[in-house]
Amino acid sequence: MTTPDDVLKGLYDETLVGNAPRVLELTEEGLALGMEPQSLLFEALIPSLEEVGARFERGDFFVPEMLIAGRAMAGAMERLRPLLAETGVETVGKFLMGTVKGDVHDIGKNLVNIMLEGAGFEVIDLGVQVAPEKFVAAIEEHHPDIVGFSAFLTTTMPMFKANINALEKAGLRDQVVVMVGGAPVTQEYADAVGADGYAADASACVKRAKDLLHKRRATVNA
Amino acid sequence: MSAEPLETRLRSATKEVVIGHGHRFCIIGERINPTGRRIFQEQLRAGDFSAIERDVKAQVEGGADVLDVNMGVPLTDEPDLLAKAIQLVQSHTDLPICIDSSVVEALEAGLSVYQGRALVNSITAEDDRMAAILPLVKKYDAAIIALPNDHDEIPMEADKRLDLTAKIIRVATTEYGIAQADIVIDPLAMPIGADTGNSLVTMECMRRIRDEFGVNMTCGASNVSFGMPDRHTLGAAWLPMAMTAGLTSAIMDARSPQIVDSVKAADVFLNHDDWGMAWIAAHRAKQAASA
Repeated sequence: MTTPDDVLKGLYDETLVGNAPRVLELTEEGLALGMEPQSLLFEALIPSLEEVGARFERGDFFVPEMLIAGRAMAGAMERLRPLLAETGVETVGKFLMGTVKGDVHDIGKNLVNIMLEGAGFEVIDLGVQVAPEKFVAAIEEHHPDIVGFSAFLTTTMPMFKANINALEKAGLRDQVVVMVGGAPVTQEYADAVGADGYAADASACVKRAKDLLHKRRATVNA
Repeated sequence: MSAEPLETRLRSATKEVVIGHGHRFCIIGERINPTGRRIFQEQLRAGDFSAIERDVKAQVEGGADVLDVNMGVPLTDEPDLLAKAIQLVQSHTDLPICIDSSVVEALEAGLSVYQGRALVNSITAEDDRMAAILPLVKKYDAAIIALPNDHDEIPMEADKRLDLTAKIIRVATTEYGIAQADIVIDPLAMPIGADTGNSLVTMECMRRIRDEFGVNMTCGASNVSFGMPDRHTLGAAWLPMAMTAGLTSAIMDARSPQIVDSVKAADVFLNHDDWGMAWIAAHRAKQAASA
């Protein structure tokens, strides 16, 4: 007889090794046992992805392991998201992510997404080649706390500024924190285009995102 | 029915390098590139080019045939930086250069100071990129690396990459007067860490591009092992497989003896190294160096 503890342990272990079919099965088993969706999320899936991120950070895990763990979690989330929405459960924050127009690089962005999910963020990924107007429309639709622009080329980095200009024009700039990143991006460049935050790698991005949200909430509540 | 194999000729002021099917593999050293090298970026911003001198030496000694030069440092005058770097590299080596930038003005600045016949890195199948760069390639009599992707995502199907390759060759030859022999296709070597099926698609593209068009090919070989452990072993296995599929050159780590040796060994087996004389000569040179 499967117990809720078996489900939580199984979800943690199978997410860690990226066994997507098993993670989905266990999610169904947990729901059939009457477990709360947020329990599956906060007590198994997120801690597991957090461990995946920590191992990657230490150099013990490699890119494919990150990606399959992220995929396993995404499969479970597809099942849980509507249920979580009904219960109105609070996530750490909502992060809208995309690679800028003209740029097709996505591996770094995908790794950052996985680290963010492991930290409890809800991530909405718009993919690659995301035009400014698409970012604007997605912000209006999803109301994220943070929007992240990724660029891998020195020629596509100027899209950060174009995106920020589009947000200003749409009257959305003050509603979201803007973070930028990608291989050639520097703090200096992030400052020059008027972004709120920059991080050199995925785990730094998670820390920076949390800090920025903390600051913002403190200001809003003050 | 196979297309005639073509030869791409690159030159410095004094030396010619031929890329071609049936020739020894052309190793393009990737190291002179500040992407992901924060210290090098800061040095370049401060006008300190000393790292370039070391990178040239290490890659020449490692066995590079051509050197890629990229000066993509954000918030700098990239055209000026690239022109200076090219002049500096040419003062230290007679190897031809692959001028690497996504900034059109930087490519032109680099081409205008370069002595010889350069390889330009790169265009895509996008009309505006071709229109901006191919006239420069023609004006300065250079060769060009072309990537078969357009404004959408990188095509994961071989058919789409073949279609875009055909488009690039048609437009470059008929509209801009570039010789087909001077078009070097990059069949897009994607990281195996993102999808283990990536390499099979890339190699299918290589075989078909070679058979249908006869053009030369190059690619960023280090990309294939991104995010994986023991990258040099993966690179050393992948390159001979890609060479068998028709890859005639790669932008790669020329400082890794493991990878460079695997390429030179593959040249022997693919009959690119007559009687293995280059292999034997390299062996003697190593013996002499360690004696």
